[in-house]
Amino acid sequence: MNSGDTAWLLTSSALVLLMTPALAFFYGGMVRRKNLLSTIMMSFGILCMVSVLWVLYGYTMAFGPDVKGLVGNLSWFGLAGVGQDPSAVYAVTVPHLAFVAFQATFAIITVALWTGAVVERIKFGALLAFAALWFTLVYCPIAHWVWGSGGWLAQLGALDFAGGTVVHVNAGVSALALALVLGPRMGFKEGEAMEPNNIPYVVLGAALLWFGWFGFNAGSALTAGGLAANAFVTTNTSAAAAGFIWMILGWIHRRPSVLGAATGAVVGLVAITPAAGYVPVWAAIPIGAIGSLISYYMMVWRSKSSGVDESLDVFACHGMGGTWGALATGIFATTAVNASSSGLIDGNWKQVLIQIAAIAATMAYAFVVSWLLAKALKATMGLRVKEEEESVGLDISQHGENAYGGV
Amino acid sequence: MKKIEAIIRPEKLDAVKDALVSIGILGMTMTHVSGRGRQKGIALQWRAGEYRVDFLPKVKIEIVLADEDCQGALDTICDAARTGREGDGMIFVLPVENAIRVRTSDCGEGCMNGK
Repeated sequence: MNSGDTAWLLTSSALVLLMTPALAFFYGGMVRRKNLLSTIMMSFGILCMVSVLWVLYGYTMAFGPDVKGLVGNLSWFGLAGVGQDPSAVYAVTVPHLAFVAFQATFAIITVALWTGAVVERIKFGALLAFAALWFTLVYCPIAHWVWGSGGWLAQLGALDFAGGTVVHVNAGVSALALALVLGPRMGFKEGEAMEPNNIPYVVLGAALLWFGWFGFNAGSALTAGGLAANAFVTTNTSAAAAGFIWMILGWIHRRPSVLGAATGAVVGLVAITPAAGYVPVWAAIPIGAIGSLISYYMMVWRSKSSGVDESLDVFACHGMGGTWGALATGIFATTAVNASSSGLIDGNWKQVLIQIAAIAATMAYAFVVSWLLAKALKATMGLRVKEEEESVGLDISQHGENAYGGV
Repeated sequence: MKKIEAIIRPEKLDAVKDALVSIGILGMTMTHVSGRGRQKGIALQWRAGEYRVDFLPKVKIEIVLADEDCQGALDTICDAARTGREGDGMIFVLPVENAIRVRTSDCGEGCMNGK
């Protein structure tokens, strides 16, 4: 047991936990004012629900003893046998419960991420039902594949430092599937302006995400040493490079938009996530910059040409940013940073193929299962609010509250 | 008695208020409103690309005064609020049945602007 590692991992857990309320503000600022509380509540409700599901059965499904490389068995149900002593296989220098806490915060934010696709029209009950099913049938298995002891993608040698495939590709692709089943917001096809109600909230959310992301990536070293420092600096560099490039892209098009710069920084954080503890600091600049270009043009295409109302572009930001990041990990990983892994710049071109396999498997599984779950819920409890409730806004119709009340 | 509803550019509010005060019109109410006319909308930046907003922010000033003071106030507002470009706004004049000062319960023209 190492007290420095333990202190860092518990601190990181708190940092990552903050990212979910940060996401609530990031998304909340971008919707119309009648849906601000509803959008915030999606992330906050998921924070509460998934925290409980995680200690009940999520942790053992993701990290419990392996069943054929696909999922953990239920022997750690309710955290049975998981206590203050270190685990034999995960984060062996800290209490097992510290690792449980750290991983809980990842599960929570991954579930909250795809809510950006369905804002302003989904029933809150349907959202929670989908979230619980998706957490159980999509998040826990994929986390096991990549990070679980014996998981099949881990055995294959896939590199994912802090969640490029598990968190971002997974959430981005699932967001797309759910948005396709749910359908567009009223007025979307008619080109009605969907004005963001509070861009300062978006910037506040992005800034808190950036702050929390140091726990996400540097915490994923699971030790308080050089590797954490490497992940910390690559994280900041990639976010900054991506935010800067997005600002320039907006400027070339018209103006350097604040909403754009905040979005770009988040995309840079997404892109560096799988790579942060495998690549040298210089590589964070192309990783962030190229991630920004890919997401920007995907977003332009999605909003202008695709006809798909994936409202807050979870697929463009997280799906595409995560895909590029996972691929870039295979390109820029080097033993000079992390002795356990090498990529194309070390001459190990096979790593790129392994990364592609991990991305493809995650995309296929997440898309298909999310689509089926959404279809099943649509046929049973229904996914959308009534037209009248949608036009009044979800704050009033789903939660009975106003974001800005009083005089 | 007449009521003037002047919808003007927000950046002209101070100029119009100062001009009205300088001719003795002290009481007015202002509201933030959104409107459109020949100026049409503007394009704003979304995360990537842009979207159009058809209603632009304006300020509405409401003033109630005696009939004979009305024309002077209208001229003053027009002079102070004009830029010569589309979007300078509109002014409407309506008849008013009565006016009451809450503090004293005084009614009619006696409690009007400039009296």
